[in-house]
Amino acid sequence: MSFPDPIQVFKTEAAELLEQIETGLLDLTYDLTNKDQIDAVFRGLHTLKGSGAMFGFDALAAFTHHCETAFDRVRKGEVTATEELISVVLEARDHMRALVENPNAEHDAVSTRLLADLHRAVEALDKAGAAPAKASGPKETLWRIRFGLPRNAMANGTNPLGLLDELRDLGPCKIRADLSDIPALDALTPSDLYISWHVEVTTAQPKSMIEDVFIFVMDEMQIEITAIDAGKAAAPAPAPAPQKAAAPAAAAPVVEAPKPVVQETASVPAVRDTSAAAASAADPKQNRAAESVRVPAERLDELMDRVGELVIAQSRLRQLAGRNADIQLRAVSEDIERLSGELRDTMMVLRMVPVATLFGRFRRLVHDLARETGKVIELITEGETTEVDKTVIERLADPLVHLVRNSVDHGLETPEMRRAAGKQEAGKVILSARQASGEVIITIKDDGRGIDRDRVRAKAESSGLIQPNAALTDQEIFQLIFQPGFSTAQTVTNLSGRGVGMDVVKRTIDALRGTIEVASFPGEGSEISLRIPLTLAIIEGLLVRVGGGRYVIPLSAVEECLELSLEEDLRSRGRSFISLRDSLVPFIRLRDLFHTGTKPDPYQKVVVISTGSERVGLVVDQIIGDHQTVIKSMSKLHHDVATFSGATILGDGSVALILDVVHLVAAGQQQEAQMRIAG
Amino acid sequence: MSQALRKVSETVWSEGEELEVLTFDIAGETFALEAVRVREILDLLPETVVPGAKAFVGSVLNFRGRVIPLADIRLAFGMEATKQTIDSRIIVIEFDIEGEATLIGIRTDKVNEVTTLAKTSSELPPSVGMKWRPDFISCLVKRGSDFIILPNLQAIFSTSHDS
Repeated sequence: MSFPDPIQVFKTEAAELLEQIETGLLDLTYDLTNKDQIDAVFRGLHTLKGSGAMFGFDALAAFTHHCETAFDRVRKGEVTATEELISVVLEARDHMRALVENPNAEHDAVSTRLLADLHRAVEALDKAGAAPAKASGPKETLWRIRFGLPRNAMANGTNPLGLLDELRDLGPCKIRADLSDIPALDALTPSDLYISWHVEVTTAQPKSMIEDVFIFVMDEMQIEITAIDAGKAAAPAPAPAPQKAAAPAAAAPVVEAPKPVVQETASVPAVRDTSAAAASAADPKQNRAAESVRVPAERLDELMDRVGELVIAQSRLRQLAGRNADIQLRAVSEDIERLSGELRDTMMVLRMVPVATLFGRFRRLVHDLARETGKVIELITEGETTEVDKTVIERLADPLVHLVRNSVDHGLETPEMRRAAGKQEAGKVILSARQASGEVIITIKDDGRGIDRDRVRAKAESSGLIQPNAALTDQEIFQLIFQPGFSTAQTVTNLSGRGVGMDVVKRTIDALRGTIEVASFPGEGSEISLRIPLTLAIIEGLLVRVGGGRYVIPLSAVEECLELSLEEDLRSRGRSFISLRDSLVPFIRLRDLFHTGTKPDPYQKVVVISTGSERVGLVVDQIIGDHQTVIKSMSKLHHDVATFSGATILGDGSVALILDVVHLVAAGQQQEAQMRIAG
Repeated sequence: MSQALRKVSETVWSEGEELEVLTFDIAGETFALEAVRVREILDLLPETVVPGAKAFVGSVLNFRGRVIPLADIRLAFGMEATKQTIDSRIIVIEFDIEGEATLIGIRTDKVNEVTTLAKTSSELPPSVGMKWRPDFISCLVKRGSDFIILPNLQAIFSTSHDS
């Protein structure tokens, strides 16, 4: 295992910080005075600046510094945030991302422009008048602060002197170092910090300003802030959290209330005992972050492979145990079977992430779209906790962007048109996700004008996609919008109307083995549903035998299985069709396709598979049963083989190939077309 | 042509004057592969035929939970198929195909030994008088009265070739 590249680590961290900043900013657009979000944004910017400088991203650090400064003023209440400021900072955030990803590219022009924007926005704030000044008045309070930092604080880059300087800035200070913890020289580690401090500061600033001095070290330190002469009026010290095990057990939690501490010497142990108190101040979010571990996806894949091997080895063990009369061996084999089954289930869950991570991006997109189009848009997300395989999530992002853009651009009307139609001014776009029988269904719904069936039809006819007057169902008409080069937008906008996009959506969803359904009601809006298998790593399949080989057909594509009677087989020699409830279904003899050179079984079966409305029958020798399989991709050496989408390993360790349904159906349809031409 | 071949040959020896290789027999000829590429030597495993694939990589096998292609170098060299014997083995190598590290099994009749070949005894394949495609061979190394073939895997596995 190699040590991770620090630059890469920083980039990952920066990506997270940027996301955090964005979320904070977007939340602020709803409530411009939300203190928590302002703090979150500020903290994100500050950390980004700090670590950026540490890893040599100087341009990033310098640029971020300005945004931080602006936000610092908001945070201190000197000015209040405006939409203008937030928009600028959002744009600046995008620029920061560019700076992180391409530190060496030429960014100066953008930087300068954005900084000018930022400057203007801040100036506008100043003109709008400083935010209501702190009403409390310049009443000075004497605060007594005791703080101790963790032993390794200096190794982590904290400079206690800097903290003391910041306290001095608040007002006149009396600082006394507590040296009582310094060990004898032979036990002393020079790089460790043994000193804690007692500070008395007289300041007119509120307590929060004192806490801010420690904002970045608060999680690990012991701190106690008490007001001396303001007495009862003072805010309470941070509530002590449950005592950490590290704290001396004997000591009682002395410091609970803002009790003025009189005797300094006596209170020294008390200071120590509040050790965990500061930790409680950290917001629950951070606690949650501490509980999760970041693991590279490829390690998960590796683990998945190992688990797959284990399952195979276990099934060999079971076969051996089955042949053996030894009861103890069987007991062990059963235990291992249960354990490996559970392990596999756990493994599957590890790869699942909530769609919230995906939906989160759309808040920004919709925010931008609203500004660009002048439409009022309300984005509603539902079912964000629905979990989907990580790879699926990643590949869904682009199609969803297209669909959301499409809804906004084609679906939603302008506010004036909406008013005229008697609707609310704000158009709704609803993104929702839910699970149903091994699939996740993601719907993008809007309450706009709906898809204009006649226009789609006219357009399709004029571009030759369909025959004039062809009888088509609504669903078939709606599916036309996914054809390459199809767009009904009358004007080409920045967003859509170029006719690229929807066919990309279709292709991506096909590749994910998913389907698209479209529903639309004129004047009421449209709804596009994507049905996608929960995971790419596993499919439910039907195991069949053709000649001597075994193959897996994805169960989601299987419509029904029936027997191909001998006479029907003979009768169909010339024309490969069976009649299935009055409709003709073309079929493919897999034995011929695979050149097995074996004789057909006396009772062959037909597995009818479909993609949407097209059906094709596959003639197999035997249906073995259903089978949950881990999909293994084939190497590049086999990429020219279109019949198979992958491979899987069966219980006995042999490999079975997975049939590519889309390809087979297309082949069947082609065969049908040729038959028709041949008459 | 010979200029190009010389280049290929140079790349094989670029790491030094000597090359550590694994030697093995296919259809009576001795081949060698750089030992660093070899991941594992396996007894014969049940293999699964991939209908429609090139005969040269006509099947796949389960290599400890991974599905890897099984290549038959004989077909690239137009050699006769040989019967499986008790000595038949599969050599699993790691090889970059279009930038993707791929594990590939190679069918052999017998695996001999890991040995060191000296650059001084290597020769470019003669451009005439050889029944094999010259671009499939990096170089020939004399050993005693016989010679060892270092196949040019890059050329053999390049997906465009259609043997």
